[in-house]
Amino acid sequence: MRKFKKIAALTLVAAMAASAFVGCSSSSGSSAAGGANTDPTEPVTDASGEEISYRDQLKEKTYDGEGSVLNIYVWNDEFISRLSDHFPGYEKIDATNGKIGNVEVRFTKVENTDNKYQNNLDDTLLANGANQENASADDKIDIFLVEADYALKYVDTDYTMNLADLGITDADLPNQYQYTKDAVTDSNGNLKGISWQGCPGLLVYRRDMAKEVLGTDDPAEVQKAVSDWDTFADTAAKMAEAGYHMTSSVNDTYRVFSNNVTSKWVEDGTINIDDNIKAWVDMSKEMVDAGQTGTHALWSDDWSKGFYQDGNVFCYFGPAWLIDFSMACDQEGSVGYDGGWAVTEGPQGFFWGGTWICAAAGTDNQELVKDIMLCLTSDEETMTQIVEKDHDFVNNSVVMEAKATDSSFGDEYLGGQNPIALFCNGIETVSLENITSYDQGCNEEFQNTMKNYFDGNYATYEEALDAFYEAIKVKYPALNVPE
Amino acid sequence: MAQNQASVAPMGKGKRSKVVRYNKWGYIFLIPFVAVFLVFNLIPLISTFYNSFYENYMDGLTQIGPTFVGFENYKQLFSDANIWKFSANTAIMWVMGFIPQIIVSLLLAQWFSDSRLRLKGSTFFKTVIYMPNLIMASAFSLLFFALFSDSGPINDLLVNKLHILDEPFKFFSSVWGTRGLVAAMNFLMWFGNTTILLMAGIMGIDVSLYEAAEVDGASSWQRFVRITLPLLKPILIYVIITSLIGGIQMFDVPQILTNGTGNPTNSTMTLIMYLNKHLYSKNYGMSGALSVVLFFITGILSLVVYNIMYRKRDKEA
Repeated sequence: MRKFKKIAALTLVAAMAASAFVGCSSSSGSSAAGGANTDPTEPVTDASGEEISYRDQLKEKTYDGEGSVLNIYVWNDEFISRLSDHFPGYEKIDATNGKIGNVEVRFTKVENTDNKYQNNLDDTLLANGANQENASADDKIDIFLVEADYALKYVDTDYTMNLADLGITDADLPNQYQYTKDAVTDSNGNLKGISWQGCPGLLVYRRDMAKEVLGTDDPAEVQKAVSDWDTFADTAAKMAEAGYHMTSSVNDTYRVFSNNVTSKWVEDGTINIDDNIKAWVDMSKEMVDAGQTGTHALWSDDWSKGFYQDGNVFCYFGPAWLIDFSMACDQEGSVGYDGGWAVTEGPQGFFWGGTWICAAAGTDNQELVKDIMLCLTSDEETMTQIVEKDHDFVNNSVVMEAKATDSSFGDEYLGGQNPIALFCNGIETVSLENITSYDQGCNEEFQNTMKNYFDGNYATYEEALDAFYEAIKVKYPALNVPE
Repeated sequence: MAQNQASVAPMGKGKRSKVVRYNKWGYIFLIPFVAVFLVFNLIPLISTFYNSFYENYMDGLTQIGPTFVGFENYKQLFSDANIWKFSANTAIMWVMGFIPQIIVSLLLAQWFSDSRLRLKGSTFFKTVIYMPNLIMASAFSLLFFALFSDSGPINDLLVNKLHILDEPFKFFSSVWGTRGLVAAMNFLMWFGNTTILLMAGIMGIDVSLYEAAEVDGASSWQRFVRITLPLLKPILIYVIITSLIGGIQMFDVPQILTNGTGNPTNSTMTLIMYLNKHLYSKNYGMSGALSVVLFFITGILSLVVYNIMYRKRDKEA
């Protein structure tokens, strides 16, 4: 009975973790964009001398000389549908099988919850060997997907292929946002993954509270009140006077700080606390002590109270998908239902979410992998299609900027504001030069121990820091902690 | 467990042997148990011991080890204060839940089995008190998490409806608040089960003993202390040892209630939650060492309880 319950408990732990990640990998923008075809390959012409588009070329390919099975590891349907909807020549067989030319496409879908996806992928990669020499041709992994939090765990190993070896160079990707490249660049500077989407985030604030406290709800004016962390703190004090919380939780601002660090979590095998992370602690402690924010976890009920009219939260930090899918804007009584939100850039740029495509070392479908990557992540015609059909914020500044100036587009949840231009601005400044493969665990544990400090359960920052080091030693036995 | 059974064969039938042996059936019936025990208990147990002497974990996709390190894992385990803290947490939360559990269960078992009280609807209540045990611990934890969250219904009740508090009490930021909730949940989940067990024990006691005691003028308290408790001892030992083992293995409730963090300040982190943390990096060495320690703690505590309880009875006898 107890044993059974343990299993059930584990399942629920998994389910909880799942709910914590809901929405992490979807993004949205919307309709209409144009742009010339900056074809990654040399222009190809047909017999009559007319240029054949990249997509039409792909349609003709049969990939006969390559492995007969393309194995793709994914954790949800997003990439499956991007590939089946937008890759020319993809024939759908069923939910997880398809065909491109003469190559059979097989998706292996394992849930992301509770590290299940990573565990399964790790086991398979390790069993297949560094160059997949132990796997039969049909079982070799060709493509797998990763998220930013743990991308480097794979990118910084020999299990991922250098994109240059596939024949993809920076010249093929002129319009991609820099952070999407940083996230998957290994320690030797090699690009080892690629993404079709960008997830820039903005400061999302309530118009009614802005009007009441700041006297205006105009994004440009509100931006002046949150343009850096000092003015942000001043505004927080004003909000507190009026009885409002500046942010729902200290964790709302964490991502903004952690995306703008100037040193790494781990330097030479030793844990390192960046000044910006420390700045987050100092600011958050002050805000909590002054009653300007809470300490609950993201995605908790307490956190999402502020999505509704009777909430008392002035702002959240989030990308487009947060507004569209998470803030309950389609429900009556929510702030967004009546267009009560607006967005502005906030103190610093940041991103949240996104999916990257990696080529597994030892793949026997190199040409097809290359074509899939280039088609989905740099071909403007395809990317415009993705924007129009799936409302993704695609990883292409030309396509997105065309949409930013589209005056006909306004987001009803934001009272008709067109946020694309702001999203485009914010994302330019984000740099992920300082990520490590330990970021996921470090961020989680740091936020957790600091919550105890903010709550007053640890008397000093040093005490909390010690607890953080203890937790890291358990999570990453290979790391050292500062003396 | 196998009992040698022999029976006398019918007379006048063959000369070879007059005894037909059935004991092979005993062994045959034991095979499933032994096989399952070997595969799922004994072999993992031995491999746990084996693993605890090796350094063996994953650093990202890189396997470190396995390298034989002798007692290094144990040294590391005991050199840091955490193991004592987490053992204390586990013990505190178990005691906080078990004391009310055994008291309430004894009381209820006594009432339910006392035909003199003629409690109405006792079947109904027996069912109801068992109910919490049927809910998964994880679902129960999630329920409590929602109920006691900073802006949850309990705080709403305390602040806005009953005006007992001026501002919400942050249960999950308070050490004793969170420990209390864990203990309360364990109590709620298990007192029904214990009641049923104790009732079975009490009903097995010969009624004539009570009648004789009554004739001699014993009060109900005397009957309880002098007749019920001593005769209930085997069942009590069973209950104490099983909940002790359950307590040492406490995991699901605090894990879900605190989202695996053991917050606040690791004060609700139990030994098994700590074990679970080591599995993040597939640290088989350290988690093996911790499991071995748990194995000995469980064994020793069970022996202690068993001995104390039986020694007393021998003295009395």
